[in-house]
Amino acid sequence: MNSMQTTTVVSDRLARNVQRNIRERAIETILFGAALVSVLTTVGIVWVLVSESLNFFDHVPFGDFLTDTMWTPLFSEPHYGILPLLMGTITTSLVALVVAIPLGTVIAAYLSEFASARVREIVKPFLELLGGIPTIVYGYFALTVVTPLLQAIYPDLPGFSMLSAGLVMGIAIVPYISSLTEDAMRAVPMSLREGAYGMGSTRFQTAIRVVIPAALSGVLSAYILGISRAVGETMIVAVAAGMQPNFTMDPTEPAQTISAYIVQVALGDLPHGSIGYQSIFAAGLSLMLMTLLFNILGHVIRRRYREAY
Amino acid sequence: MSTTEQNLPVKAFTRDFNFYYGSFHALKSINLPVIEKHVTALIGPSGCGKSTLLRSFNRMHDLYPGNRYQGEIVLNPDNTNILDARVDPIEVRMRVGMVFQKPNPFPKSIYENVAYGLRVRGEKSRSTLDDKIEDALRGASLWNEVKDRLNQPATALSGGQQQRLCIARCLATDPELLLFDEPTSALDPIATANIEELVTQLRDRVTILIVTHNMQQAARVSHYTAYMYLGEVVEYGITDEVFLRPKKKETEDYITGRFG
Repeated sequence: MNSMQTTTVVSDRLARNVQRNIRERAIETILFGAALVSVLTTVGIVWVLVSESLNFFDHVPFGDFLTDTMWTPLFSEPHYGILPLLMGTITTSLVALVVAIPLGTVIAAYLSEFASARVREIVKPFLELLGGIPTIVYGYFALTVVTPLLQAIYPDLPGFSMLSAGLVMGIAIVPYISSLTEDAMRAVPMSLREGAYGMGSTRFQTAIRVVIPAALSGVLSAYILGISRAVGETMIVAVAAGMQPNFTMDPTEPAQTISAYIVQVALGDLPHGSIGYQSIFAAGLSLMLMTLLFNILGHVIRRRYREAY
Repeated sequence: MSTTEQNLPVKAFTRDFNFYYGSFHALKSINLPVIEKHVTALIGPSGCGKSTLLRSFNRMHDLYPGNRYQGEIVLNPDNTNILDARVDPIEVRMRVGMVFQKPNPFPKSIYENVAYGLRVRGEKSRSTLDDKIEDALRGASLWNEVKDRLNQPATALSGGQQQRLCIARCLATDPELLLFDEPTSALDPIATANIEELVTQLRDRVTILIVTHNMQQAARVSHYTAYMYLGEVVEYGITDEVFLRPKKKETEDYITGRFG
């Protein structure tokens, strides 16, 4: 009799366990599904890019794609050399980074090491606002404000130029770099700063000699993210850098980037399935490989320079 | 006070020193001498203000908003009140070194850690740096352990070695006064013994003010001891006197373990 009672109680508890397990499993499945969406999307995009690119490379030799110095898919005698687009992308990105990395780092160092809490509370929302401005607005800002200003200094500057687009793109990237760099710097433990100040350092010495080296992995990650954004950035360069593929790395010239070319063709009236249309997938694949490269680089750097406290 | 040898030179002293964290009155009219080339220990229960007092000697509280000093902390031989608004806290910290509770080596090589203070002071000559770094590392009894790996990251050292590196980092700049804020509380017994040994060696070379939770440690390393409670110095005197014949009932209760 006694043992019967015990059995009932145990089975009751088991029944509750079963219920709980089912609920746990359901929640786990939902969470897994959510994670799966991002994985499947990535896989889908890569699959489309690779398969369409393979169609493209059926018609265009891979060697020509890498070495031809002309990109004229829409001409009657088309050339499919990615180099001009690649150079446009690299040039605009370099101009942008020359602006964004120093400016972003200085802003981050100021906010993290120098600014009072009050100043920080005022400046940070402005930076976030800067990061929230749609890039098309930046594009028109480059075209209608920055280019005329630059032309006042260099009268020979054409109406579309990589310089103008790159400079404005740099400004657009500053918030990303400064906010991630600042996070990395603020994560440096106070004990290290006290050590530096205790040795008689000024704020500047503390920031440059101790805090930034301690935050190096985070700072470099911020730079890498900035590079990825610059490489992939589309609207600013599409609007302000011109739409002509140009085999040059002279920033005062107009040129087209990979991303701007994709916009041009995707919005144009090329028939689906034509080689010209397929070329955007090859271009997209190149772009993705570039950003992938930088992401891997970022990962390696993060691991290499991570400081343990 | 009467038991201290009054003829000994005073390296630093506080005069009616008060300290406030915002509106919290953390230190109340502290009058404390720090005798030159001797070790002075600050003991007392948690929250009594001993670290707060120590950190006032190199104006570490300036780093945080809302802190306020009142009164004087005078540094000799020049009789400078380091709390004076005209005194640059960086100048103060150039003269007063500090070793922290948790070892905090910079994310640099062993060599660069010790070179840090010299570089901040503008020293560029490689041979001067080499000499001073070797001296400092020897002074901190670390030279033999690290002389073959000066270019390795300091963070690869053990906790005890890191703390001795932090001491070497201070020694390299020849501080007049060296502050220790519970320097062994994060270390194992052997590393603790090493640091205590080191403090004993250093006391002929530099004036030391040390905060410790460990009363035996205070008894072992210090010449003078101040017992603090609730932001006040309850008793100050020669260490042996304070420990063996405390004048105040509170001190005796704390030392005998009845309280704290």
